[in-house]
Amino acid sequence: MESYIGKIREISERLLSDGTVECVVGFRKGTVALTNEPCMITKAEDAKDLVWDANCRLNLANYLTGRKEKIAVIAKGCDSRNIVNHIIENKISREQLVIIGVPCKGMADKNNPESLQDNCATCTHRNPVIYDELCADLVEEQTDVDKYEDVRAVEAMGTQEKWAFFEELLSGCTRCYACKNACPLCYCPTCFVDESRPQWVGKGTDPIDIRTYHFLRAYHCAGRCTDCGACEAACPQNIKVRQFTKKLEKDCNELYGWEAGLTVDQRPPLDSFKLDDPEKFIM
Amino acid sequence: MKVIKIDKNTWASGIDSLRSGYRLVGPVMQGDAHDFKELTSDEAPDMAFGNTRLSPKSVVFPQSEPMFTYSLDENDPEHHILKDAPKDYSARAVIGMRPCDAKAVALVRMNFDTPDYRDPYWMDAYDATTFVGLACDNPCETCFCTTAGCGPYHEEGLDVLLSDCGDTYEAKALTEKGEKLLASAGWDAEGDASVFEPKKADAEAKIVTKVETANLRGKNSLDLYDAPFWKELSFSCINCGTCTYACPTCWCFDIQDENKGNDGVRMRNWDSCMTSLFTMHGSGHNPRDQKHQRFRQRFMHKLKYFVDKYDKGLMCVGCGRCVQQCPANIDIRTICNKMNGYEAAS
Repeated sequence: MESYIGKIREISERLLSDGTVECVVGFRKGTVALTNEPCMITKAEDAKDLVWDANCRLNLANYLTGRKEKIAVIAKGCDSRNIVNHIIENKISREQLVIIGVPCKGMADKNNPESLQDNCATCTHRNPVIYDELCADLVEEQTDVDKYEDVRAVEAMGTQEKWAFFEELLSGCTRCYACKNACPLCYCPTCFVDESRPQWVGKGTDPIDIRTYHFLRAYHCAGRCTDCGACEAACPQNIKVRQFTKKLEKDCNELYGWEAGLTVDQRPPLDSFKLDDPEKFIM
Repeated sequence: MKVIKIDKNTWASGIDSLRSGYRLVGPVMQGDAHDFKELTSDEAPDMAFGNTRLSPKSVVFPQSEPMFTYSLDENDPEHHILKDAPKDYSARAVIGMRPCDAKAVALVRMNFDTPDYRDPYWMDAYDATTFVGLACDNPCETCFCTTAGCGPYHEEGLDVLLSDCGDTYEAKALTEKGEKLLASAGWDAEGDASVFEPKKADAEAKIVTKVETANLRGKNSLDLYDAPFWKELSFSCINCGTCTYACPTCWCFDIQDENKGNDGVRMRNWDSCMTSLFTMHGSGHNPRDQKHQRFRQRFMHKLKYFVDKYDKGLMCVGCGRCVQQCPANIDIRTICNKMNGYEAAS
């Protein structure tokens, strides 16, 4: 994907010099090996600082919400689906954006750079679903991938086993909220964990509060999560937090035939009602 | 200053002897990284570790700590009276702490042990703890301790400093507490003090990354505060608490009462200046409701306000954890150099 960067820089430079956009959101080279830093450039001559490689794990749609200016954003497949989400949820308008689409071949696992990041290995939407310019030819989508093998393994566990599995999964969590803050979906002005009077969730390390946070956040992502993996990439304790969101993603897929962020013309299932919506879990 | 030679063949038995007089805390592999934890009777500290993901500050400053308990039941004659939560301040020893983390404890102590106030929780835990350090002969590439007032063989904050010499450890007893611990373990062979200087020089030469700090003290605070670079530098920051939680010199906390029915406990929890809630006033006003304001606060505190207040250098020991763990690659080294080199437009 190194060849992409030439086109990304060229497009960015052009958009800034002809005034189409006021800024470009992309990545610049990180100061630590295998890391890149999200950045915003406002001058055409800074376009040369933009980079693109297999370490662009964060979701740049996270940096768009609430912005008022005209922005160009570099978006891989999952990022573009989150942009669709943002548009549907009125967090940014389509007219404000120039989307520089990146047909993505997958990010490197931050702990094992020879392998693909977990979500990238089973990705079926590598090409951006919405874009104004493309920095390369579209890539072939993976077919025949089993996205939910790990979710089914947990579903098959007995109650005690499941409890132990999740207890172990969350044992390292310090509630730094890197997962929540890296997630483009989490844009609430006051997150439920910050509510007080009354307080919803305790602030300490009581495992009950830690679980409440993760479960509730996952539910807020249901039908909206694009499995971009930014949460797991951000977690300093390497917790596999996608175990929660993937289950809900699978449920939305099976119950409503839904995949998040593919088109601006359809609202997510938990946001809308159809008379033939399955009701098995209520009745 | 006594130096004791510990033959590694006697290491395990010495550690076992210590268990009767001290609760031992040491670096143990937990999942995919090391962390400091209280060692069970069959666990040993993993002395081959680099450094832990979270600092050992939780030994004296746990992430969640009960302060008081109380009852809200009006039938209870002692209702609404705060009672001290039961604590265990029996002797404890941290084995294998890195010098950066030990200096951090000494820096944080300046906040919790002042002429006006002595924090009982932090200080009682501190007084009960003996810190046995392990010098770094192979610093990580993100360690910048030598320009952050510290170093791989730095002794501040330690009771004993161990240097790994292959078949032996040379143990420098730095305090009475340190001498007492070495004696408890039964380690008493005379050591060789001369190994420390050359090993220190070797280790320091391996530090490849540095920060520039000479001008920070002399800069005008308001100039730095109003500098135009904060918005740009803070762009990628996602305002999580990773840096504050991993950092050994971060000590901010929040106090909360948690009730279940009629039983309550007053907890002290780590807090993070990176969060919006940190400066939320009761009135609803928030003086730092924007990301760049919180970001600026953190680095001004670490690299300027603390420097000015105490004249003891940075509130950073160069351990590099924030640099390694920040999801958005915010780098304190870049920011420090930017602040150090900043000239206000006149």
